[in-house]
Amino acid sequence: MKAPLSWIKEYVDLPADLGIEEITDRLTALGLKLEAIETSGAGIEGPLVVGQVLTAEKEPQKNGKTINWCTVDVGDANGTGEPQGIVCGAHNFKPGDKVVVILPGGVLPGNFQISARKTYGHMSAGMICSARELGLGEEADGIIVLPADAPAPGTDAREVLGLGEEIIEFEINPDRAYALSMRGIARDAALGFDVPFHDPAQVDYPVADGSGYPVRLEDDGCDHFVTRVITGFDPAAPTPEFIVKRLEATGVRSISLAVDVSNYVMMELGQPTHCYDRAKLSGDIVVRRANEGEKITTLDDVVRVLSEEDLLITDDSGPIGIAGVMGGASTEISESTTDIVVEAAHFDPTTVFRSQKRHKLPSEASKRFERGVDPLLPPAAAQRVVELLVEHGGGQAAGVSEVGPGASLETREPFRTITIPVDLPARIIGLDIDEATVVKSLELIGARVAVSGDSLTATIPTYRVDLTDPYDLVEEVARIVGYDKVPSVLPRRATGGGLTRAQQLRRRIGRALAGAGLVEVVDFPFVGDADFTALGLPSDDVRRRTVKLANPLSSEEPGYTTTLLPGLLKVAARNISRGQDGVSLFETATVAFPVDQAAPIYGVDRRPTEQEMEKLLAAIPRQPLHLGVVLAGERTRGGWWGAAEAASWSDAIDVVRRLGAELGVPVEVGSASRAPWHPGRCAVVSVDGVEFGHAGELHPNVCKAFGLPARSAAVEIDLDFLISRVPATAAGPVFSTMPVAKEDVALTVSVDVTVAAVEAALREGAGELLETVRLFDVYEGDQVGEGKKSLAFALRFRAPDRTLKAEETAAAREAAVAKAAELTGATQR
Amino acid sequence: MSGPNTDYDPVEVTPLKAEEVEAARDAALKAIDAATSLEELKQTRLDHAGDRSPLALANREIGALPPAARKEAGQRVGKARGAVNQALAARQKVLEAEHEARMLVEETVDVTLPTDRHPSGGRHPLTTGAEYIADIFVAMGWEVAEGPLIEAEWLNFDALNLGPDHPARTMQDTFWTEPAENHVVLRTHTSPVQARTMLTREAPIYVVCPGRVFRTDEYDATHSPMFHQVEGLAIDEGISMANLKGTLDHFATQMFGEGIVTRFRPSYFPFTEPSAEVDLTCFVCRGAQVVDGVTCRTCKGEGWIEWGGCGIVNPRVLVACGVDPEKYSGFAFGMGIDRTLMFRTGLSDLRTLFEGDVRLTTAFGSEL
Repeated sequence: MKAPLSWIKEYVDLPADLGIEEITDRLTALGLKLEAIETSGAGIEGPLVVGQVLTAEKEPQKNGKTINWCTVDVGDANGTGEPQGIVCGAHNFKPGDKVVVILPGGVLPGNFQISARKTYGHMSAGMICSARELGLGEEADGIIVLPADAPAPGTDAREVLGLGEEIIEFEINPDRAYALSMRGIARDAALGFDVPFHDPAQVDYPVADGSGYPVRLEDDGCDHFVTRVITGFDPAAPTPEFIVKRLEATGVRSISLAVDVSNYVMMELGQPTHCYDRAKLSGDIVVRRANEGEKITTLDDVVRVLSEEDLLITDDSGPIGIAGVMGGASTEISESTTDIVVEAAHFDPTTVFRSQKRHKLPSEASKRFERGVDPLLPPAAAQRVVELLVEHGGGQAAGVSEVGPGASLETREPFRTITIPVDLPARIIGLDIDEATVVKSLELIGARVAVSGDSLTATIPTYRVDLTDPYDLVEEVARIVGYDKVPSVLPRRATGGGLTRAQQLRRRIGRALAGAGLVEVVDFPFVGDADFTALGLPSDDVRRRTVKLANPLSSEEPGYTTTLLPGLLKVAARNISRGQDGVSLFETATVAFPVDQAAPIYGVDRRPTEQEMEKLLAAIPRQPLHLGVVLAGERTRGGWWGAAEAASWSDAIDVVRRLGAELGVPVEVGSASRAPWHPGRCAVVSVDGVEFGHAGELHPNVCKAFGLPARSAAVEIDLDFLISRVPATAAGPVFSTMPVAKEDVALTVSVDVTVAAVEAALREGAGELLETVRLFDVYEGDQVGEGKKSLAFALRFRAPDRTLKAEETAAAREAAVAKAAELTGATQR
Repeated sequence: MSGPNTDYDPVEVTPLKAEEVEAARDAALKAIDAATSLEELKQTRLDHAGDRSPLALANREIGALPPAARKEAGQRVGKARGAVNQALAARQKVLEAEHEARMLVEETVDVTLPTDRHPSGGRHPLTTGAEYIADIFVAMGWEVAEGPLIEAEWLNFDALNLGPDHPARTMQDTFWTEPAENHVVLRTHTSPVQARTMLTREAPIYVVCPGRVFRTDEYDATHSPMFHQVEGLAIDEGISMANLKGTLDHFATQMFGEGIVTRFRPSYFPFTEPSAEVDLTCFVCRGAQVVDGVTCRTCKGEGWIEWGGCGIVNPRVLVACGVDPEKYSGFAFGMGIDRTLMFRTGLSDLRTLFEGDVRLTTAFGSEL
């Protein structure tokens, strides 16, 4: 909201010595936040004067343009009193016109230095200015032609143009609808400095006698409708300069007197109004909802199909306006309009909001109506429009009608009252605020306050449609007393139990992964079918069923992901393409699986019941926390110590194993076949037989599809599950300090026997004396024969209470080998 | 020791002459002194203290002497041998030390050789940043609350006093899921976590909710469809704006250092009333508005930086979430973690946080 300071000052007796910054500081502290202060004509330096065109010779140029070679009287401003020769490209003037001239040595906005220079065969000494060149507007239809009664040539043009006007731009919060007007801003300025406020809405207006244009309200979406009639209006009357300038300052373009006045009054009071060409109206104005499929051509010449929820202004011809949003083209004021019907009405905020959203027609009018306009304003606003139109456009006021429950004291909504404990503001603000201060603060906003014992009742002025609840009054008191007065006091110490176990474990997992050389990334969760196809997911894979977004940022990625891998693989490829020789990445994030249930929308006047909560929560997609890992390219670097090692399927599986070790969860590894992994190099990981993810080498096609180095590896596990399996307490180990006995065994087994199976058999056979078993070599080749492999294990035996005898160790070893032979067909080499 | 010398030959007792014993001793000491390496010293030991050395031979012959002469000869030879052995030990020690010193010199490596065989990992600054913030509150006895990113519309909006036609709903451009009648959205703020907390816990409540949120913003240097917020909620008897200010001042100081505090400006949020914008003392100029005589670029000379929003929890929200507004009051606040992080680290492009370049994370190590 832009507001010229001079306009605000018309309605509030601000002390003369108050600087603009003091004013904006105070208003910001009151909740009208300063965005910027502009000064019109900023950037203009040097001699900017009134000039009078003496001669103007049209001279066609070779480039097709015609220029005017002018002599301009600039008085004594050029030091000589001689006419100034100036070349001008515009044609909207004639000799005798007064114009604005910047002389050599001057500077225009944008640091445009003016000097005498040779152009089109003449020495052009200065420039005749347009509004745009002066930074006063976007219009560039020609140069500024001043009124004939403008001051004499040579006079400084700044004052003539109203330059130096300070314009304040405020950021207005949605609750402070009243501040979308000079009236509202001035009112807060008045209370801020505790100085008198002169309400521009306090105007005398004639009593409605039904002499205005007839109106019927057939819907309670409109509770107050005023029409005024003006006859004998001069459609050619120009908009007075002060209205044009003030509208420009607020960012509104001047269009015609009738439209400009309507806008001017909206800026002044905050009440939108509308002017109809009376000659184009037929029959009574009726306010009603639209019929489904009904159409209107709005002022912007767009045909709009209406909904039954749209509130309309209609006449016998059909819709002539969408209430509070935009008028219709058929009844628009034109160059031949002489009789005008002025509308000032009050519409239901929600209705306007919905129509505006439905038709994507946010306007200055709808912005005010949907936030809430003072319901008593229509007659005053209509009066202001009529006054200004009659004053500047001639004609006469010729009738007043006012209908709707808002039109009379008996039928309109009574003033709202809010009762609060007198000490509520003090308690909620946390500041010692006495009763007198509370009462005074509320009176400053225009409330009538009655104190009764420990409570007070405030009667709310109609311009404050936002004040409905006790705490709203607390905010009013707080902002008037000043938010800067709120002391800084820590609440009494809370006694929470710290991080939950799961929260601690998640941090620990992150640290463990980082410690293992993995880099964490944060990625968006949006996916599309192309991603799943690149992963090689079968068409019936459950991961292809995503929670779909109704309004995705990209139509290529309409789903919320079910797997972290597509994002991670792309990030890995991005790193590789940026020159990394290898990356090891991890991401922990939730994924989502749809549940296909509707979440209810409950009221808010009470807490939902337990059953209602259950129903609500059951409709939310299942969102487990996943860990994704990708290992691509070099896993260790090459150097003086030797060559780099590429990441492999085993590194991926080791990530899960280490995590299990870190968390004290025994992770089992088995072979599996699942996209996007290599079918022969994919492990399923499980705890107590419950599978919770996969790890291994990526399928070669997947590496290709994502542009990753061959043999890149990946992991995806359900972290919530793994965390749920972390024991609440870890049992302390018992270990022997007796000497260890080491034995190695080499076993030959069929290639399809897994190491895990052989190892388990060795453990089982060796019995309690076995401390550890570790595979230290695998050999396949001629010496073991076709279809066989040799596995070399290191066994360590130890007794809890004694040094083992050689025979005991040997017996345990033999038992281990025998069990391996029995269970896996192993033979000792 | 061998037995008495039965091969005693009285003619050959000359070595026991005093001057000869001394000469042997002196020769030994001279040789020891001359040994320059452990190998030479080994040979010297054999020559002068070995079984065939003159002093060893002389010692052997003591037994053959007449009893009267034995004592003196024994003392003489013993003294000489003692001196030689002492000298040997001393020389041994010196030469060993020299040897070790030389070994250490020879084994010298270039310690500036690279050692980065295993590339470093790291956690994302958004993760460590969120933990840093959470820990500030945990240290005050608060707890960390969490909720799903895909959320019921009622919890994301209605329960927070954002009714279907509330103009504020247009302030947050929401990702809706299909079908719309399922009323499920990607949460637009972490506030539904506050609602969930009130719905499931008894007051008093002191929780901080860091988390990921979504809005349909185009992706550029300062906007992202996904970003991170931290919100706080305190519900207790007698909670006031002063408590809110105290908490945020503490947060600001812990996050940005001594002397950094907050300022409140009236604002509007549907879920709080009164509501305030929170400004933070500019941590670059520290409120001075100028740095090295030039207008501070971080705060554009205002001395303050917009940090987030806050206020007293609107009693309507308390009612919808089952908290008795007659008994309890509360405050809530929220700010962007990404933005706070960019303040702290000087990152200028938000996208850097989300594109996954490992150079970002490794630059921060595992802590912020």
